[in-house]
Amino acid sequence: MADSFDEITKQLRKRHGKTRRLKLISMSALILSGLFLAVFLGDMVQRGWSAFLQGQIQLEVTYTEETRTMPLNAIDEDYRQLVTQGFFWSFPGKFEQDPELTGTVRDEWVPASSDVDQYLKGRGRLSSQEQQVVDRLVEQGQAELRFNKTFFTGGGSRSPAMAGIGAAALGTLLTIAVTMAISLPIGVMTAIYLEEFAPDNRFTRMIEVNINNLAAVPSILFGLLGLAIFIGFFGVPRSSPLVGGLTIALMTLPLIIISTRASLRSVPDGIRHAAFGVGCTRWQVVSDHVLPVSLPGILTGSIIGMAQAIGETAPLILVGMIAFIPNADFSLLNSATVLPAQIYTWASLPDQAFQEKTAGGILVLLTILILLNAIAVLMRNRFERRW
Amino acid sequence: MTHPDSAARDTAAADGQTEQRSRSRESRPANGEVQPAVDHGASEPQSAGGRPERQGQSGGKPVSFNNEVDHERLSMTVTDLDLWYGDYQALKSLDIEIYSNTVTALIGPSGCGKSTFLRCLNRMNDLIPSARIEGRIEMDGRNVNAREMDVVALRRRVGMVFQNPNPFPKTIFENVAYAPRMHDIVSSRRDQEELVEQALRDAGLWDEVKDKLDQPGTSLSGGQQQRLCIARAIALRPDVILMDEPTSALDPISTAIIEDLMVRLRKDFTIVVVTHNMQQAARVADYTAFFHLGEIIEYNDTATLFETPATTKAEDYITGRYG
Repeated sequence: MADSFDEITKQLRKRHGKTRRLKLISMSALILSGLFLAVFLGDMVQRGWSAFLQGQIQLEVTYTEETRTMPLNAIDEDYRQLVTQGFFWSFPGKFEQDPELTGTVRDEWVPASSDVDQYLKGRGRLSSQEQQVVDRLVEQGQAELRFNKTFFTGGGSRSPAMAGIGAAALGTLLTIAVTMAISLPIGVMTAIYLEEFAPDNRFTRMIEVNINNLAAVPSILFGLLGLAIFIGFFGVPRSSPLVGGLTIALMTLPLIIISTRASLRSVPDGIRHAAFGVGCTRWQVVSDHVLPVSLPGILTGSIIGMAQAIGETAPLILVGMIAFIPNADFSLLNSATVLPAQIYTWASLPDQAFQEKTAGGILVLLTILILLNAIAVLMRNRFERRW
Repeated sequence: MTHPDSAARDTAAADGQTEQRSRSRESRPANGEVQPAVDHGASEPQSAGGRPERQGQSGGKPVSFNNEVDHERLSMTVTDLDLWYGDYQALKSLDIEIYSNTVTALIGPSGCGKSTFLRCLNRMNDLIPSARIEGRIEMDGRNVNAREMDVVALRRRVGMVFQNPNPFPKTIFENVAYAPRMHDIVSSRRDQEELVEQALRDAGLWDEVKDKLDQPGTSLSGGQQQRLCIARAIALRPDVILMDEPTSALDPISTAIIEDLMVRLRKDFTIVVVTHNMQQAARVADYTAFFHLGEIIEYNDTATLFETPATTKAEDYITGRYG
């Protein structure tokens, strides 16, 4: 005679209780991590959104031969203190760009000094005299927060109003281009060889283990390697996107190899057998049948590798890619900096305005990375399991 | 090697089955060495008319032997074939002759080596690093098991259909057109279309897919996919088509269609089929080889093998005592 339902239920209560408890614990873990993310993002947005805006003042700017050498005189003495120093530094350049400026007086929106900028953003204080002037300008509509184009086009600058991520973004672009140009073909071909051609012996297994280990090596070691080999031995120019890209390529290579191999391995053997069965050569099997099926996986892995490379800081700092670059240079051999290094630089500056830019830069970087990962996920979903 | 019962099959009709059976038993060497129960040496003149007619077989519709079958023509001759997976010997000194334009079924319990043997015929075992194959597989005057044989050329002439339908993840058209184009059999779009239609017609799939040739091959049902795989194989016009349990993943109706197809395709191709299903072997095969533990225990025309097996092992298997 079996146990009655009541007896079984009594015993089950404990087991069901355990399920409920574990479900609760895992749910709270999820909520906790979601909370962390929300707090982090919220903090960044709250601190960083204002980096995309810049306090500006509408002033009369006098362009004459005199102000070309003495830029301070271009602006009325009453307002001189309100304008950012960087504006005056940029004066000679303006004349060169536009010779017709000479001898004119123009009504321009001029970036405010960081104190005024912060005051307009509701932070920090001004002397009572300055505050009066600014308040009056605001009332007249001559001082306001406007979209900060300089933040996206500018480079390194000691004046916060002139500083931006433009130069660093270009540096990142060039560095990543070098990285992908090197690590993508080498990584994919290595993976194809290991997965489709190499015999399964002790030697290839050793290579496999070492590739997996390489993916786990702290990135700073790759920086040291880049410093010693690329700069020290091969004499690649320091701080250049070339040396940065080479260094990061070393780091991305194992990632691409691993993800490509995983993606090749997920191709059902039936497809390979079918191809061999109709008389394909080994390469035809790979190029006509295996690669097309695994391409989305390979690209997904590469994009994720690229996203990681974009966020990489330590090895690039070691090879000197933390240079002070006021003007971006489209060259693989000239000094450059990258986004995370630029953020790192700003983070170490005490000025409130630079702290704001740090958060702003992080927001831009995060957006790029989230976008890249989203593309990777989309591609995976779009092309997955079409066979 | 002597083949005491080499004429057994031809005289079977006259001699009566019991006698053939006893003779076959006597012919088995005591040491258990594999002996093909049937041997048609090229030197022995055989008359095509001497074939026994199979009628009223239990478990399947009668398939009468095709009188056009040329018994002189051997498609593949296997002599003394051994195969090892590492230290394990999976095939032991096999001898078998496969006749052109026939369906030859390989039956036997699981793990007896019939699929392994089938894969020897187009060298698919080359893909398994631990497999070591010795022996001679002669086809068209060449030893295709020789190291210097180009497996691509071999597979161009010996096609294969696998256990699970495995169409390429491409369109139906591409599935069929890919291989002929790759082998430079056709190039112009027109020729390709013609060839695809012919192959699909031969595989009995044309009417079902003619309006959706640009859809992925994987969108078809399992049975249709398997016929697509057959179309893919016959598009190359091979001499031999190997089928490795082609219907084991299919429903009974698809199975029946594919069995009919095998019988029809015999006209143009030599078919070697591995099957777990003895009724299937009885229905479609002209010849049947019974495998057991890596040896060919018995090889004879299907009617004889099923009705009057020469060995107790084959008899026990056929009557369902194990397997």
